[in-house]
Amino acid sequence: MTDVSPAPILTVEGLTVQFGAARVINELSFSVMPGRTLAIVGESGSGKSVTSQSIMRLAETTGATYPSGKINFHTEAGKTDLLTLTQKQMRDIRGNDIAMIFQEPMTSLNPVFTIGDQIAESLILHAGLSKAAAMQEGQKLLEMVRLPDAAEILKRYPHQLSGGMRQRVMIAMALACRPKILIADEPTTALDVTIQAQILTIIRDLQQELGMAVIFITHDMGVVAEIADDVVVMWKGRKVEEGPVREIFACPEHPYTQTLLSAVPKLGSMKGETSPKRFPVTVMDEGVPRIIGAEHTQDTARYDQSPLLSVRNLVTRFDIKKGFFGGVTHRVHAVENVSFDIYRGETLALVGESGSGKSTIGRTIQQLQSATSGNISFDGQSFTSMGRAERQRLRQEIQYIFQDPFASLDPRKTVGFSIAEPIHTHQLIAGNKQVQYRLHQLLERVGLTAEHASRYPHEFSGGQRQRICIARALASNPRLIIADEALSALDVSIQAQIINLFMELQEEHGLAYLFISHDMAVVEKMSHRVAVLYLGQVAELGTRQQVLETPTHPYTQRLLSAVPVADPTLVRDHRRLNGEIPSPVRRVGDEPAIVPHQEIAPGHFVAEAH
Amino acid sequence: MVNFLLKRFLQAAFVLLAITLIVAFAIRLTGDPALMLTQGAGSVTEADLAQIREGLGLNKPFLVQYSDFLIGIFSLDFGRSFLGGTPVSQLIGTALPATLMLALAVMVVSIVVSIPLGIKAAVARGKWPDQLIRILSLLGLSFPNFWLALMLVLLFSITLQWLPPSGMDGFSSFLMPAVTMGIILTATNVRLVRTSMLETLQSQYIMVARAKGLSERSVLYKHALRNCAIPLITYFGLQFGGLLGGIVVIERVFNWPGLGTLAFDAVGARDYPVLQAVITVLSMMIVAVNLLVDIAYGLVDPRIRTE
Repeated sequence: MTDVSPAPILTVEGLTVQFGAARVINELSFSVMPGRTLAIVGESGSGKSVTSQSIMRLAETTGATYPSGKINFHTEAGKTDLLTLTQKQMRDIRGNDIAMIFQEPMTSLNPVFTIGDQIAESLILHAGLSKAAAMQEGQKLLEMVRLPDAAEILKRYPHQLSGGMRQRVMIAMALACRPKILIADEPTTALDVTIQAQILTIIRDLQQELGMAVIFITHDMGVVAEIADDVVVMWKGRKVEEGPVREIFACPEHPYTQTLLSAVPKLGSMKGETSPKRFPVTVMDEGVPRIIGAEHTQDTARYDQSPLLSVRNLVTRFDIKKGFFGGVTHRVHAVENVSFDIYRGETLALVGESGSGKSTIGRTIQQLQSATSGNISFDGQSFTSMGRAERQRLRQEIQYIFQDPFASLDPRKTVGFSIAEPIHTHQLIAGNKQVQYRLHQLLERVGLTAEHASRYPHEFSGGQRQRICIARALASNPRLIIADEALSALDVSIQAQIINLFMELQEEHGLAYLFISHDMAVVEKMSHRVAVLYLGQVAELGTRQQVLETPTHPYTQRLLSAVPVADPTLVRDHRRLNGEIPSPVRRVGDEPAIVPHQEIAPGHFVAEAH
Repeated sequence: MVNFLLKRFLQAAFVLLAITLIVAFAIRLTGDPALMLTQGAGSVTEADLAQIREGLGLNKPFLVQYSDFLIGIFSLDFGRSFLGGTPVSQLIGTALPATLMLALAVMVVSIVVSIPLGIKAAVARGKWPDQLIRILSLLGLSFPNFWLALMLVLLFSITLQWLPPSGMDGFSSFLMPAVTMGIILTATNVRLVRTSMLETLQSQYIMVARAKGLSERSVLYKHALRNCAIPLITYFGLQFGGLLGGIVVIERVFNWPGLGTLAFDAVGARDYPVLQAVITVLSMMIVAVNLLVDIAYGLVDPRIRTE
C-alpha cells in the first residue's frame, strides 16, 4: 500500500480463531478499503465464513474464541478494535455500520413476519424511526434493489417470494441503515445463474451508489473475477495470497492459488473442440502441487449404433393444491413433451435452472417417478411393455448418483456394505470372497483403498463420499448412469478430479451418462451433446459445440451470458438480464402450449421462441 | 384458511357422532342398571325390574334411545340421572367448571413455567443451567402422579396441616391437585420447548436477526419463540386431551367435584345418562381444543394462513 491510497476502513491484524482447541483461523491479516470490493476466496474448511462471522462477532454464538489478533474498525473518531467490544456495544455496530447478507435466501428471512416488519426492524432499532416512517423507508429500499411492486411486497411473507426476490429483500434489509461495510457470505451460491447475475449487478451498483466497502465471501472464481477489486485467498485457515484481482488471476504466486485456478472450469475454454476432453489436474500433495492425468479426447460416443435410451414425448406432472372435496385444482407441469436419445458411451447434459424439470426427467427414467404420458425405451425395449422382473433388472442397468453424497449413504452402514448391497440385491456375484474381491477392486478404481471398506460415511470428505457413491453405482455394472448435480456440492479442485474419473470410467466401460447440471462450464468439459430445458420443455438440443458456440434459442443465450467466467479482463454487461423464471404450476385445464422444434443444422434442434 | 377450517368443522362433527354412538352402545353392554338400583333391596320380582326399566326408558330399542340422546344434546338436555333423578345438565353444570378450572390452571402454569426454562436450557446448551434443568425435568417425569399426590397430602395436609386434603374450597385447595398434574406436564414441556428451541436457534434467520444488532431478548422472544411455537402448539393441544383423561384419577384422589368424580360414580351405578353426557362433554372439549390448535396454527404461521 502506498501513501496516496486512502485509509482502510477495516483492518484485520493477526486474527486467530479457535473452536475449543481447534484452530480454524491462523494469524489472518488483511484490510478493507472504502468503496472497494474485497473477495475472500477459499474452498470448504478454509475459514472464510468464520472470518466474516468474526468481524460481526457472531462466531461466538457458535462457540468461537479469539486467542489473539485485532479487528480494527476505522471511523472519523478513530479506530476501534471490535474484538474488545462487549456484545452490547457490538449491537450498535451490527446492522448499522457493518451489515451482512447470507448464503441461503430461502432460510435467511423469518417465515412468520412480513417483509415490511423485518426491514423496518433495523430502521426502528438503529435510526430511531417510527414504524410508519420505517415502512416508508422500507418501500424505498425495496425499490432500490429493483423489486417491482415494493408497497405490495412489504405486506408479503417470505414464502410468497422466490429465492431471487428474497435475496433482494435481504440486501435491502442489510442496506437499511446505509452501512459502511457490507459483508456478503456466498450470497448467490444458492441461486440460478440468471438470478445470480442480477444480484451481482445490484450489489455492484449499490456499492458505487452508497460508497460502501464490500467483503464478498465466495468459493466461485467466476464470481470473484466478476465482482472483486481485491482478493484474499484462504486455505486451511490461513491467507496464502492477496492482491488486486487481475494480478491474482494473471500470475498467481502461491501453489494453492495456482491449483485452484487451474481446476476452475472456464466456459468458452473449449471453443473449437468437437469432443469433450480430459485435462490434467493439479492437486496439492502435502503442500506441493502435482499434476495428474494427461490430456485425452473423449471420443467414446457410439453414434453408429442404435440409441441406448430413447425418450419420446415424455410428460410428467404432479397434482398439488386440492379443493374442498379433494379435487385437484393445480398441477406442476414438470416435464412437457420432452424427447431425446442417449447413445452408448455418450454424455448427454440436461441443463436448466430451477423448475426446468431436469431432475424430474432423471427420476422418471430411473422409475423413481411415474410418467404421466410418453414413452421411454431402454436398449430398444419400451418401459410399458416390460414386466416386473424386467423393470427390476433396469434398476440394475440404470444407476443414479445424487447431489448430496452424505445424504445418499446410510450413516449406520459401512461404506463396504453400501457398495456391496447392489451386488447382493441383483445377485451379480456369488460367494463372499468374490464379492469382497469385487468390492476392493471398485474402491481402488474410484481412487480409494481396500481398507476404506470397513469405515463409515462420516469418516470421509465430501469428495471421497462422492467417489463411494460412484463405486456403488458401478457395483451393479450399469450401462447408463444418471448423475443429478453430482458435482455441485464439491469444491472445484475435487470436482476436476471427479470429472476425470467419470470420463475414464466412460471410456473403460462404454457407459452412457445423463448428466443433469446447472453448471455450464462443467457441462462444456464433459458432455457430447447438450439439451437446454426451460419450463419442462426442450429449448435447444444439439452437440456441445452447436449449443454452446452457436446458441440460438434466446433462453440459451441468456443462460450463457449469465455464467460468470473466471477471467477478470472480460467486460460483461448483465443489464439485459431481467425478471424471474415463470412458475411451472398451472391451474387444471390451463395446459402449456407445446413449442414445436426446428432443425437448424443436422442434429441441432431449437424451439420456436415464445 | 376458511376452506381448511370448514373441513376441520366437518371432521369434528363426524368424530363427535362416532364417539357418542360408541359410548351409548358400549355402556349398555356393561350391566343392567335396574339390577344395580335394586341391589340389597330384598325381594325384587322380574315385574318390578321391568317396571324400573320402563321408567328409565331402557325398554325402548337402542336406536331410539340413542337418537333421543343425540337430539337432547342440541337443547343441552341429557336426561335425568338414574340416581335421584337430578337433571344431568345440572350435574354437568357444576362439575364442568371445576374440572376446567383445574385443567386450565395446570396447562397455563405448565406453559408459563416451561417456556422460559426450556429457552434457558436451549441457550445454555451443555452448560450447568441446561444440565440442572434437564435433571430436574427427568426427576419430575419419574414420579407417578398418584404416588406424588399421596406424598403431598401426607406432607402438607397431615403433617404440616397447611393445605386441605380434599375438596374444592378456595385457592389453597387448587395447589396440590394442580402441582401434582403440573409437575409431569411441565417436565415434559421443558424438554419439548428445549428441543424445539435448539432446532430454531440453528436457523439462518436467527443469525440474520443477530446480525441486525437486535438484543438477545428480541432474538429469542420475538424471532425464535414464534417459530419454535409452531410444533409446540400441536403438543400442547394433544396434551390437553391427555390431561382431561389424567384428571379423572387425580379428582378421585383429592375428591375434586369435577367430571372425573362424576364419571367414576356413574360407572359404578351404571348411570347411563350421566356417563354418556360426561364422555360427550369431554370429547367435545378435546375436539374443540384441537380445532383451536388449528386456528392458532393459522395465526402463528402465515404459511398455513395464506394457503
